[in-house]
Amino acid sequence: MSAHAYKKKNPIWDWLTTVDHKKIGILYLASGAFFFLIGGLEAILLRVQLLYPEFNFVGAETFNQLLTMHGTTMIFLAAMPLIFGFMNAIIPLQIGARDVAFPFLNSLGFWLFSAGGILLNLGWFMGGAADAGWTGYAPLSTTSPGNGVDFYVLGLQVSGIGTLIGGINFLVTIINMRAPGMTFMRMPLFTWSSFITSGLILFAFPALTIGLALLMFDRLFGTQFFAAEAGGNPIIYEHLFWIFGHPEVYILVLPAFGMFSEIIATFARKRLFGYSAMVFATALIGFLGFMVWVHHMFTVGLGPIANSIFAVATMLIAVPTGVKIFNWLFTMWGGKVSFPTANLFAVGFIPSFVLGGMTGVMLSVPPADYQYHDSYFVVAHFHYVIVGGVVFGLFAGMYYWWPKIFGTMLNEVLGKLHFWLFFIGFHLTFFPMHFLGLMGMPRRVYTYLSGQSLDEANFAATIGAFLMGLATIIMVWNIIQTAVKGKKAGNDPWDGRTLEWAISSPAPEYNFAQTPLVRGLDAWWLEKRASNKAMVPAEPLDDIHMPDASILPFLLSLGFFIASLAAIFANWTIAIGGLGVVALAMILRSVIDYHGYHIHKEDLPDEGGEDK
Amino acid sequence: MQMKRWRNAWRFLPLLSVIALTLTGCGNEQLTTLLPKGEGSEMQFNLMMLSLYIMIGVFVVVALIYTIVLIRFRRRGESDNEIPEQTEGNVVLEILWTVVPIILLLILAVPTVMATFALDEGTEKVPEGATVVKVTAHQYWWEFEYPDLGVKTSQDLYIPTGERVYFELTSKDVLHSFWVPTLGGKMDTNTATVNKMWLNAQEPGTYYGKCAELCGPSHALMDFKVIAQEKEEFDAWAKSMKEAGSKAATDQAAQGEEIFANSCIGCHAVGADGGNTGPNLTNFGDREKVAGILDHTDENIKAWISNPSDYKPGNNMPAFQDQLNDEELNALVAYLNGLKVEE
Repeated sequence: MSAHAYKKKNPIWDWLTTVDHKKIGILYLASGAFFFLIGGLEAILLRVQLLYPEFNFVGAETFNQLLTMHGTTMIFLAAMPLIFGFMNAIIPLQIGARDVAFPFLNSLGFWLFSAGGILLNLGWFMGGAADAGWTGYAPLSTTSPGNGVDFYVLGLQVSGIGTLIGGINFLVTIINMRAPGMTFMRMPLFTWSSFITSGLILFAFPALTIGLALLMFDRLFGTQFFAAEAGGNPIIYEHLFWIFGHPEVYILVLPAFGMFSEIIATFARKRLFGYSAMVFATALIGFLGFMVWVHHMFTVGLGPIANSIFAVATMLIAVPTGVKIFNWLFTMWGGKVSFPTANLFAVGFIPSFVLGGMTGVMLSVPPADYQYHDSYFVVAHFHYVIVGGVVFGLFAGMYYWWPKIFGTMLNEVLGKLHFWLFFIGFHLTFFPMHFLGLMGMPRRVYTYLSGQSLDEANFAATIGAFLMGLATIIMVWNIIQTAVKGKKAGNDPWDGRTLEWAISSPAPEYNFAQTPLVRGLDAWWLEKRASNKAMVPAEPLDDIHMPDASILPFLLSLGFFIASLAAIFANWTIAIGGLGVVALAMILRSVIDYHGYHIHKEDLPDEGGEDK
Repeated sequence: MQMKRWRNAWRFLPLLSVIALTLTGCGNEQLTTLLPKGEGSEMQFNLMMLSLYIMIGVFVVVALIYTIVLIRFRRRGESDNEIPEQTEGNVVLEILWTVVPIILLLILAVPTVMATFALDEGTEKVPEGATVVKVTAHQYWWEFEYPDLGVKTSQDLYIPTGERVYFELTSKDVLHSFWVPTLGGKMDTNTATVNKMWLNAQEPGTYYGKCAELCGPSHALMDFKVIAQEKEEFDAWAKSMKEAGSKAATDQAAQGEEIFANSCIGCHAVGADGGNTGPNLTNFGDREKVAGILDHTDENIKAWISNPSDYKPGNNMPAFQDQLNDEELNALVAYLNGLKVEE
């Protein structure tokens, strides 16, 4: 604690300028949670509109805005930052590093993301949000009246740059910053999966950037890339979107897989079964993830050859995914499994995700997909994958790492209530949707006529959505309670296996007073089994060099924000001014030397010191 | 004990949903994919079932291991402090759960690829004498043209049963998707390309069609009907459609015909005459629905003409509530209801 004491700062200024990965992690988690609540509220409104046939609650136009913003918000503004939040908060600790490779870029990535997120949602207050679906297919998106889609295009573009920067940062961090002895095949699975996710971000996001740029040109500057009457072709946009969009699914779910691998092993008190198979399965999923995008486009009319090739490629992904499922099951086999909330979410994930995987294989069959495509069957499938996989993972990760991030314990009674309500509500909402799709209900419909046998399942789905909403309120209550009067957590409340549990909760600013020596997989577990009280240090105690805080990432993002907002309203003077702010921030960054500062070894508290 | 009961509660959830769904059956038999009435939908249904059975097999294995794990390998209280053996893995098992799924997927992949090609059969070179329909999607209605028969219609698609009818699909404005669940799968209608598919209805009947690609506020309301008839009946329909034109049986209808000629014909055709930015109304009197969604009553027709956007938000037809008074509306309705080709 004393490390913080001699650098007293204004807290707001501190949060705006921080380059500490742990604080940036908290910023990501807080803003991701905020957008998760907004996206959830949008989902509830959608489900209320569909409570009864021909029900009029929000109307067609608002419904399309809500469905677009629900999808966009949940994928880009909730799931992505929450994943990045955990990557920031945990990975440097797991690999025994003092910070990420590029602390300044890390901060820039966060502020760009939040500038984009706010921009996207400003549409609600400035004439209507985007209404062309989260996929933004042209020509619906290029011809959509008003500015809603402009907010979508520029908001995603700005936050996408942030994501790309974050991905590159974690690639470099994981390659270069591992502690001595932390070889690749000793990395915890969460680090491994985040590493692969970062690689996917690097290759997938540029495709989105191009798609959005072309959309922007069509909308703002009158080009005709996607206008058939001028020789354009909207199918190109579909390809670009899904070349990004399919890997995006794995970008989200692989880190969640990593979290489950850690949580299941920890609470089974067993080493992860088939570690190397898990690593290769993860890499293979990431690799194959780039070769299957056309399965989102089976009905576009690409012909039987393309459809067959992509069908078989898609089926192949089931193999490494199955390998992971069985390895999780056999990690628990022969273990001593306990069920705190974190593990409830991990164990609840398995059957939920298997159902999503089953429908995934079913969807890979093009002739059958001609029926499923764009029906509620697909809605059921991807919610089983994304809620059953990613959201369960994020909740599991929250209960698991909360003590490490904040130093307090979340309430377990409220946690279990949260789990059970959410789990029941989730299945009640999405399980009937499979049948709605098979019975002929297209997705993205703001209403359905009575007399088509669609009433009961829609009613059940809405009740389920209320249950999930209630569960989320309980979670928020739990977080507030814990923030106000949470029980202090020890360094290692779960009898953890990986390096982050070897240091204090929350971790000190410099993470490790001495870089630890890693002597095997599950480094901290090995030391504990050898009756060591701390990691063996790999270096003598010395002054610790820390990076300087900077306001420039915030300013640069603000510049992009101003430029984008002005461009939407075609105010080019202000737009150029905004880009000027961006340029100024970049110049300042280039000419000012950042020397950083040192935390002197005399100031380090005892707990971080050498073994006594 | 209380806790234990709750822990098992989730297992009953799928059961509950299944019960709820058995109560509703397989859905509406004019709409559902689960009671296929077409050659294509039959093939698709069989593949759906094959993949479902394989997947249920996988699920049973997973569920079995899962249940054993949750019962046998729980930690029994805080005092249960024994450290389990730290197993690294098992190569035989890894090979087993890699190879078995590959075999299962091969079993699925072969019929998949065969059916994918079968469903595309003949679309490039349509067999001699087959019925061809050009489908053009509009926000938010469907245009059907039979180039070989010289017939154009909208909203209600007439096809002969017992043969493959070939479709050429395209769109006038944004992307839509042409879907008749009970007869066959869907195919997108694109703006820059023409897509091809076939449907083969095996028994006469009326089937619901839907738009399956988000196309604007009234995407949910872009319904159409497929009316499958025996070949002779279909031929008779096509013949009378070809001969049909504007007709007015009563004085009121004649007044309506005049109003139509002044206010509507720019967009709507009857027979060969009229614009094509709105639906062709040659057999309007035969249709069960107004604008694809409202019951065919005089009140609904008048309400629709007066203010179409109240029923299909964002559609392109202007409101006539200020142009036409009640008498004129009644005349127009009388004229439109007289536009029939079936008796």
